[in-house]
Amino acid sequence: MLNDADRIFTNIYGWGDAGLKGAKARGDWDKTAKLLALGHDEIVERMKASGLRGRGGAGFPTGLKWSFMPKEVKDRPHYLVVNADESEPGTCKDRDIIRHEPHKLLEGCVVAGFAMRAHAAYIYIRGEFVNEARRLQAAIDEAYDAGLLGKDAAKSGWAFDIYLHRGAGAYICGEETALLESLEGRKGQPRLKPPFPAGVGLYGCPTTVNNVESIAVAPTILRRGADWFAGLGKENNTGTKLFCISGHVNSPCNVEEEMGIPLRELLEKHAGGVRGGWDNLLAVIPGGSSTPLMPKDVCADITMDFDALRNAGTGLGTAGIIVMDKSTDVVKAISRLSYFYKHESCGQCTPCREGTGWMWRMMERLVRGEAESHEIDTLEQVTRQIEGHTICALGDAAAWPIQGLIKHFRPEIERRIAARHAVDAVNAAE
Amino acid sequence: MPKLTVNDVEVEVEDGSTVLHACEAAGVEIPRFCYHDRLSIAGNCRMCLVDMERAPKPIASCAMPAGDGMVIRTDTDRVKKAREGVMEFLLINHPLDCPICDQGGECDLQDQAMGYGLDGSRFSENKRAVDNKHMGPLISTVMTRCIHCTRCVRFATEVAGVPELGAIGRGESMEITTYLEKTLASELSANVIDLCPVGALTSRPYAFAARPWELNKVETIDVMDALGSNIRVDARGAQVMRVLPRLNEDINEEWISDKTRYAIDGLRRQRLDKPYARGRDGRLHPVSWDEALKSLASALRKAKPNMIGAIAGNQADAESLYALKSLMTRLGSPNLDCRQDGAKIGGNRAGYLFNSTIAGIDDADAVLIIGSNPRIEAAVLNARIRRNWLSSRMPVGVVGPKVDLTYDADFLGQDPAILDALADGSHKFAAKLKKAKKPMIIIGMGALARADGAAMLGKARQIAEGYGVVTKEWNGFNVLHNAAARVGGLDLGFLPARGGMDIAAMGKAAMAGKLDLLWLLGADEIDFEPFASSFVVYQGHHGDAGAHHADLVLPGAAYTEKDGIYVNTEGRVQYATRAAFPPGDAREDWTIIRAVSGAVGKSIGFDTLAELREALCAEYPHFADADEIAPAKWASFGGRAKLSAEPVGQAFDNFYMTCAISRASETMAECVRASSADHGAAVAAE
Repeated sequence: MLNDADRIFTNIYGWGDAGLKGAKARGDWDKTAKLLALGHDEIVERMKASGLRGRGGAGFPTGLKWSFMPKEVKDRPHYLVVNADESEPGTCKDRDIIRHEPHKLLEGCVVAGFAMRAHAAYIYIRGEFVNEARRLQAAIDEAYDAGLLGKDAAKSGWAFDIYLHRGAGAYICGEETALLESLEGRKGQPRLKPPFPAGVGLYGCPTTVNNVESIAVAPTILRRGADWFAGLGKENNTGTKLFCISGHVNSPCNVEEEMGIPLRELLEKHAGGVRGGWDNLLAVIPGGSSTPLMPKDVCADITMDFDALRNAGTGLGTAGIIVMDKSTDVVKAISRLSYFYKHESCGQCTPCREGTGWMWRMMERLVRGEAESHEIDTLEQVTRQIEGHTICALGDAAAWPIQGLIKHFRPEIERRIAARHAVDAVNAAE
Repeated sequence: MPKLTVNDVEVEVEDGSTVLHACEAAGVEIPRFCYHDRLSIAGNCRMCLVDMERAPKPIASCAMPAGDGMVIRTDTDRVKKAREGVMEFLLINHPLDCPICDQGGECDLQDQAMGYGLDGSRFSENKRAVDNKHMGPLISTVMTRCIHCTRCVRFATEVAGVPELGAIGRGESMEITTYLEKTLASELSANVIDLCPVGALTSRPYAFAARPWELNKVETIDVMDALGSNIRVDARGAQVMRVLPRLNEDINEEWISDKTRYAIDGLRRQRLDKPYARGRDGRLHPVSWDEALKSLASALRKAKPNMIGAIAGNQADAESLYALKSLMTRLGSPNLDCRQDGAKIGGNRAGYLFNSTIAGIDDADAVLIIGSNPRIEAAVLNARIRRNWLSSRMPVGVVGPKVDLTYDADFLGQDPAILDALADGSHKFAAKLKKAKKPMIIIGMGALARADGAAMLGKARQIAEGYGVVTKEWNGFNVLHNAAARVGGLDLGFLPARGGMDIAAMGKAAMAGKLDLLWLLGADEIDFEPFASSFVVYQGHHGDAGAHHADLVLPGAAYTEKDGIYVNTEGRVQYATRAAFPPGDAREDWTIIRAVSGAVGKSIGFDTLAELREALCAEYPHFADADEIAPAKWASFGGRAKLSAEPVGQAFDNFYMTCAISRASETMAECVRASSADHGAAVAAE
C-alpha cells in the first residue's frame, strides 16, 4: 500500500484549496525554473528513467514519446496537446485532477512543453466537463496573473502559453489524431498513421499528445527524482497511478495507489470491498470499458499493472475498474457497452462503422436469447474481423469486451438461448 | 528509390510511392474502394489491407509509404480473411438491389464482391436505410447504397474546389450530403458519378436508360470547349446515350465538364433531318436534296464570286472547313471567316495557341489571366490551375470581371489601362510576374474578340516578352479558345484571303447590298441582322439561330455523327470518331459541300474522306500527326494601337448554353434553372 508521503496527488479529493495558493502550499510551482534549467534533453532522459508509462490507456512510455519530437525547431513550431477528453466509461481520474489539482497539470504543461521545445500547449477538454473547464480556465488565468505562464513562464525565460479548448462531446475525439482534427476545426475522425503527430501533428507541426495524468505527474517526478518514481510499483510498471473504482463496491472512489497492487487489496482497502462480500463478485472490467472483463477466479490474485493484466488477456487501460457482482446481467452490461461503441464510432472506416452496429444488434438478441448458438461463433468472428483492421483503436475497443464475454461467459449466453428456445417450443405447441 | 519485396517479387518504385503502387508494379492486384490516383488518400475502406513483415496488424497499402526493404505479402490467409471481412461489412448494409441499380455491370462493389467476397451472408438484422439527397439535376442519389468511401467529398473539395459536399453524422449514421442539399455549384460536378464506386451517385439524365453491355462504345473527342477533352461516347443504335471521360494525362486527365457530359440530350431535339427552303410565304418548307442542291447551285452561279461569303461555326470539323474553303477558292471568293466572335487572331501560330500546353500549367509559378473566365470557358483546365495553386499558392492575377475561380486570385480590375501598367512595370502585380521563373499569360476571347483585339494581343505579347514568359525552354503565352473548331480553322487559313472580307466587313457589305450569298457552316452565334437581304445558306445540325435566319437549310451531322479532325487550343490535332448516324436525310458535312461543288460544276475533287484527308494533310502536313502538337515559332503578332477604355470582360456568362446542342438540351436548361435557384445570380440565364 502506498505511503502517504509518496502520493503525488495530495488534493485529489478536493479537501484542500484547489487554487494557486493551496497548490503552492502543496509544492506545486516550486522552483519550476530550476526544473527547466535541467535542459530539454535532460528532462526527457529523466522521464525515460522514471519508467512512466502513458496514463491514457495504451501505456506507451512517456519519456520515449517526448523523445520522438524533433531535436531542434525548424520552420514549424512544436506543440504540446493535452488530452483531457476523458470519456472512457468507468474512468474519472482526469476530471478530479482538473477539479482539484489543476496546477499540477499546468505546471506539467510548462515542463513537458519545454522538454519538447514547444511554446504552446492546447488542453482539449471534454465538452461535458463544463464546471471542470471553468475551474481549469480559472487556474490558467491565475497562473498567467502570477507570471507562471506567458512570456517568461515561472521566470524561466521560456515563453509558454496554454489554451483551453472545449470539445463537443464525441468519444472519438479522445483518440489523439481525431482530437487534433477536432482541434483544427474539422470533423473528429482519426488520421492515418504514418505520419505520426511527432512529425506531422497539429496544423502540420510536430506535436505530442499526452493524457492529463501523464503530464500532471511530470513535475513531481522531476522534483523527487526518477529513481523515486521508478522505485515504486513493479519493474516496467513503475510509479503510482490513479485508480477509478466504480460499480458494485461499498464505497466507489478514485484512489492513488502503487502500480502492481493486487486487485483484491485495492478493492477491499479503498472501496470498502465488493457489495455483499468477495464471494458475491461476478466479474471486473479492469481498465475502462474497452478492456475485456475478468471473471472472479482471475480477479482473486491479479495485480493491477500493464503486463500482468495483458497476460491475463485484458489490459490496465485507464485503470477505470468496473466491479460487477452477481446481481449483474453481464450479457446486458456488455451489450450496453456495444451500444456505446456503435454510438461513438466515427464512421470513417468500414469495419468499425458497419461492425459496431452489427455486434450491438447481435448482442441485444443474445441478451434475450433470441439466437441460435452458432451465432455466438459468428459474433466472435465479427469481433475478429474488426480487431486490427481499423484506422484507430476504437474498433479494437468495441471488439474486446465482447471477446471477453464470450471467453468467460459463453455458458450463460447458451443458457439464455436454450431457455428462449424452450419457451418458443411451448408457445409453438400451444 | 525504395526496393521492396511483394510476394517474393522484388520491385523498385519511385520515391513517394505507396505500398499499393509497389504491389501494382509487382503485378499484384490490390482491391480498393476509397483509393483514387488523383485524390488525397483517405484509407477508410480498409479493402487494400496487406501483410507487412514485422507488422502486428495488416496495413492499409494505399496509405503506407513504400520503404526500402519492406517485405509485403498479399497472399496470406490473414489478408484473405481481412478482405473477406471488409467485404462482408460493406455488404451487410448495402441494399444489394443490383437489378434496379444503374451502376450494375460497372460497379466496383459488384466486381470486388465477386473477386474477394464470400458467397453468403451471415447478417440477419435489419439493414440501414438512408434518405436520398438532392444534389441537383445531374446527380441521382440512392444513399442507402453508399459505402462512405468519400471519393466524392474529396473530389469536390480538392479538384472542383467547392467544399459544399461532405459527411454528416457519426458511425453507421454517417451520411454524405451537400450543404443544405443544394446543387453542387461546380462545372465538374458530374465527375463524382464516375468516381462513385457503387450506385449511390448515378447519372440522373441517364437513369434507367441503358445497361452498359448494350452500348456501343466509341472513343472520340469533345467539342463543347476548345480543350478537346478525350471522351467515350456510348450509343445504342442511332441514339447517343451518354458521354464518359477517357484518360488523357495531357488534356483532361480523367475529368470532363458537365456540359461535355450532359449536353448530348440536345442531340435528340430540334434536329435538322431534311433540307428546307424558304418559300414565297416566308416560311421554311421541307424539300428534297435534289431541289436543295439545284437551288443552291443556281444561287451560287448567279452570285458574283466576290459577293459570296462563308462563315464557319464553333464546332466545324477540319475536313468540312477544308472542303468549304476549297469550294470557295474554286468559286473565286476570298470572303471566309472562322471567327464568329470577331476575334482578332490568325496568322502567326504562336499568337493563337495555348503555347505552354495544358499540362504546362503544372509547371507555371505565376499566372496572369486577361479577359477570360477559365472556370466556365474551360472547366477542366481551370481545375489544373487550381491544383497547381493548391500546392504552390502561386500568384494569379486577373484582368477582367471578379468571379469565383475556385482559387484565390488578385482581381486587378477591368480597365485595359492595367495592361499598360503591367507592361511598363508600374503595376504592383508586375513584381510577382517578375519574380516568377515560369510565368504564364492566359488571354481569352473577352480580350481578343473586341474591336481593339489586335492591340490587346499585341499588348499581351509585349508583357510576355517583358517578363520572361517566353524563353528558350518555356513559352507561357497562352490563348484560351472557346471554340473547338477555331484553331483548326486558323491553321487551315479559313480566314479572309487576299482582298477578302472578314465577318464584320461581310456584314457591312451585306447592309450595302453587296453580299449576294452567305454560307453558314454551323454558325449560329453571329449577328444575323445585317444579312437579312442576302441569300443565307445554313449548313448544320440544329434548328437554332442560323437555320432560323436561313433561306436554305442543309442538314449536316453533329460531332458524334461524323469522323472528323479537331485541333484543340494547344494546337493538338485529334481525330474524332463517329458513334452514331445523323438523323433522317442529314449527311456528313464534307459530303454536302462535295455534292454542292458537283452541282455547281466546280468540283473540289475528293470523293472519299480518305482522299479529302490526303489532300488536307498534303497542304497542311501537321494535320497528319494525330495527338501531336506542331511547335509554333515565336514571332511578332498583334497590333500596336492604343487600347480602348472599354472594360475587359469574359467571353460568355452562361456555362451551360454555348452552342446549338447545349441550347437544345433540356438537361442544360435544368442546370441553368437549378444553379440560379440555388446559387442566386451566379449564372445568368440567357
